[in-house]
Amino acid sequence: MMDKMIFGRYVPAESVIHRMDPRSKLVLIFLFVCIVFLANNLLTYGLLTVYTFFMIALSKVPIRFIYTGLKPVLLLVIFTLFLHLFLTKEGEVLFRFGWITIYEEGLRQGIFISLRFFLLILMTSILTLTTTPIEITDGLESLLNPLNKVKFPVHELALMMSISLRFIPTLMQETDKIMKAQTARGADFTSGPIKERIKTIIPLLIPLFVSSFKRAEELAVAMESRGYRGGEGRTKYRQLNWGLKDTAMLAMLAALALVLFLLRT
Amino acid sequence: MDISLQNVEYRYQVNTPFERPAIKDVSIDIPSGTFLAIIGHTGSGKSTVLQHLNALLKPTEGQVVIGERKIIPEKKQKNLKEIRQRVGIVFQFPEHQLFEETVEKDICFGPMNFGVSEEEAKKRARAAIGQVGLPEEILSKSPFDLSGGQMRRVAIAGVLAMEPDVIVLDEPTAGLDPRGRKEIMDMFYSLHGTRGLSTVLVTHSMEDASRYADQIVIMHNGEVYKKGTPKEIFSSPEGLLKLGLDVPEVVRFQLKMEKSLNIRLSKTCLTMDELTDEIAAVMKRGTAT
Repeated sequence: MMDKMIFGRYVPAESVIHRMDPRSKLVLIFLFVCIVFLANNLLTYGLLTVYTFFMIALSKVPIRFIYTGLKPVLLLVIFTLFLHLFLTKEGEVLFRFGWITIYEEGLRQGIFISLRFFLLILMTSILTLTTTPIEITDGLESLLNPLNKVKFPVHELALMMSISLRFIPTLMQETDKIMKAQTARGADFTSGPIKERIKTIIPLLIPLFVSSFKRAEELAVAMESRGYRGGEGRTKYRQLNWGLKDTAMLAMLAALALVLFLLRT
Repeated sequence: MDISLQNVEYRYQVNTPFERPAIKDVSIDIPSGTFLAIIGHTGSGKSTVLQHLNALLKPTEGQVVIGERKIIPEKKQKNLKEIRQRVGIVFQFPEHQLFEETVEKDICFGPMNFGVSEEEAKKRARAAIGQVGLPEEILSKSPFDLSGGQMRRVAIAGVLAMEPDVIVLDEPTAGLDPRGRKEIMDMFYSLHGTRGLSTVLVTHSMEDASRYADQIVIMHNGEVYKKGTPKEIFSSPEGLLKLGLDVPEVVRFQLKMEKSLNIRLSKTCLTMDELTDEIAAVMKRGTAT
């Protein structure tokens, strides 16, 4: 089960997207999130979709892998679609069956909003699939650096992020291990009534919490014994460098934004 | 209960870029009442083999026969509880699986999952805690207040209380001090003797394997490199040494002695006593055969 999760997972490959500066990727995603809201008709949404799939192709991550990994999220997208279908009551009535009435506006909004949602998820997945967590935090730290002037603890924030990202896979492994151990003791995580299944979470969660606390403590001791004392005056082993391809990627996005702006109604 | 792996292959994360084979073409027979040791380096696939023994993993190729049940890749398995009850697995660092408020409740967790009444489970808990060499007073304590070694024993008691026919141990002595190691291994060995429990031991330790097992399987790169009795395995230690695996101290000593004195003893000795007898015999005769 854990095998298929793709959140926070890095897929190594040789591609333009992989080689981009993490800062430019972060800026790109941030801008993309804003630009998505520019689209409001078929053409603009189409353009966005094409752009997203173009980016996936560039990243060289197998599409089948993304598909299986995002299956659970797809359910959420479909849920959004239905929510809009049933709850928006504007425009002409398209369809009426018993107590269900579907309005034109509902269908339109449902499709567009769930598509928007889906594209956002895809783009952010590309970011995490092609960028190691360490690169992401390095990029973020560097982007947020100006905030240091207003006494915002940028380095600490980045450290917190990298620690939590770093431990996602560890936690997953641990979960898998404990699940197996409890399954071997007859616990059943996959079937049975909901009430029973909620109960089986306890033998999973408690050991997980215990080991997480223990690990946090060990990490703190290890850091302290190696003389860690925050970001002040700390040099970096990994240097970020902004290249031509980064500027080009952002320029492409700017062009997309311009086109979207012109084509929206 | 007999367990048999027949040409088993297992691949992790099929259909992802991370797909990789963990074990291939593994055939191992574990007849009822055997003490089998599986030895290999980290990443040699021993833990993957182990998870096939109670159908936690389903082979991607080949088949696993557990008692009367046949586990094959094509069929979705249902009702695996019986298998899980009859094949108890003690995972590596089993103390990480403790979760209940008291030791007693934790030990009862397994049996009660398999439909044993609370009363019976408590009775079993008392018996199991004695078997692992802990006092009964510990039953009312929180498992998180115990020392590491005690927690390990409690977790093992939790598996023993399921009253399995086969017990599978994944490096049960990892991280224990030498005395604790010996106590725990001796305990499993006596359980194997008195209850006729089939035992599968996954270990790094050649000493443990040669001392306790009647059959040894050596895993290397996901395949069975060699299998046989300890005598068979250690009588030609060159291959093992080439793989970077250790041989028991006694065997190592014998090899060194044979080399430097340029003699050959009549057999490979696995225990100190055997070796001293052999040396004494040679000295009496005056020549080695």
